Amino acid sequence: MTQGQRRSIDEVTDRTDQIIGATTDALAASAPALADELLAMGEDVLVAWLEAKGQVPTAELSEGFRLLAMHRQAARGNPTFNACRETCREVVFHHNLIRLAPQDAQTPRHIRLGAMVVRHLALFVGGKLQADGLGDFCCSSRPIRQGEATDLKTEAI
Amino acid sequence: MMADKKYKKVAYYPGCALESSGHAYNASTKAVGKELGLELVELDNWNCCGAMEVKNIDPKIQTYLSARNLSIAEDMGFDTVMAPCNGCYHNLKKAEYDLSHDDKSVEVNARLSGKAGHNTYEPGKVETIHALDWLKEAVGEEEIARRVKNSLKGMKIANYYGCMYTRPRHIFPEKDKGPGTESTAKPHFMDDILAAAGAENVEFPLKTACCGGAHALSDSDTSTKLVLNILTTAEACGAEVIATECPTCHTGLEMHQIRAEKVLGRKTNVKILYFTQLLGMALGLSANKVAVQENFSDSRKFLKEKGLG
Repeated sequence: MTQGQRRSIDEVTDRTDQIIGATTDALAASAPALADELLAMGEDVLVAWLEAKGQVPTAELSEGFRLLAMHRQAARGNPTFNACRETCREVVFHHNLIRLAPQDAQTPRHIRLGAMVVRHLALFVGGKLQADGLGDFCCSSRPIRQGEATDLKTEAI
Repeated sequence: MMADKKYKKVAYYPGCALESSGHAYNASTKAVGKELGLELVELDNWNCCGAMEVKNIDPKIQTYLSARNLSIAEDMGFDTVMAPCNGCYHNLKKAEYDLSHDDKSVEVNARLSGKAGHNTYEPGKVETIHALDWLKEAVGEEEIARRVKNSLKGMKIANYYGCMYTRPRHIFPEKDKGPGTESTAKPHFMDDILAAAGAENVEFPLKTACCGGAHALSDSDTSTKLVLNILTTAEACGAEVIATECPTCHTGLEMHQIRAEKVLGRKTNVKILYFTQLLGMALGLSANKVAVQENFSDSRKFLKEKGLG
């Protein structure tokens, strides 16, 4: 599904801002292309994460979507990444919603909301990348000092 | 009918946040329970659930800390403990899961319980529920609708659950069991309860998205951007109010709403209220009784315009 040039996370947030601010007529006129672009930007965000973690982003599909396959790849062994599981699914949902009825009067609104969801994914992953040195960016994170955990400290108590 | 419902009397674990920044949630939860004839019995001498901090250093100690609270509930004769905070709810559920599936957790819990001199909690003895489960099961939408005195009719609400209410899915075996159960992908219990109180729930695609709560202080800019996106998306969905059910999310939304205006020059008008505050006012309680005055964001004028409080 990925098409065109790959975008950085900052470029994704800039582009989603443009889409959110576009006129209703402009969004309606290119709804199918924007649906694909939003999905591609979601993929770009996860590619950036996987590459930063030294992984080769999968080309496989999950439920028909590379975005969902890459999310599963990123969450494997890193459960904190599941914090954006539903966000990825919302990106797919909005893509399908727009693609299913591009002429619908509600489609420009769905495009804007889809762009906001993609922006959230970009902010979340961008934040995780920035905060890497602080430990996982997550309320349910793994131990910061994984190797030291449990035995020594519980024994000390 | 009410007589057939479970959870009418449960052990109550407020957790640390509800005694500090989330005091309004504590007050409104108790007020709603009292108004609906439900009994909450606070755990004696409860301790922190381990929150994020202990878990980040040693998850087995966090499991023990949560298990101690469950053992207290058992000692007090309860088989159900209600935790309104998503973090506490998550940690107690995680402790239950770990003690059922991880021998090392069982061993550490037994050892620390013995040293502390209290009963060792064994999984399966106490069920942990959230405030949403409590109200949905103990009262239900039909009874709530019958008890409403000041309908939330016309109030457009985006229900925000945060990311810990449904995650990780394996520690919530009761969810995703079909009609009537909670969904981890699209949670709806808060939507159901507030709809019963008359609210008009909007479709909100970020209802389980991360609010950046974990890095609210260490990386404020990221948290502010995430919260701002949640607020602007809620407004784009037509919401006047974001209803919350977690003190960390609630405080984060309120504080970063203010910070977004100060630092980024982005003002949003959506109001942020605990679902228990909204439900309480719908049941006829005053704004003060559900502690609206304790919120950082000022929604009193808005609530008066809506005929509430």
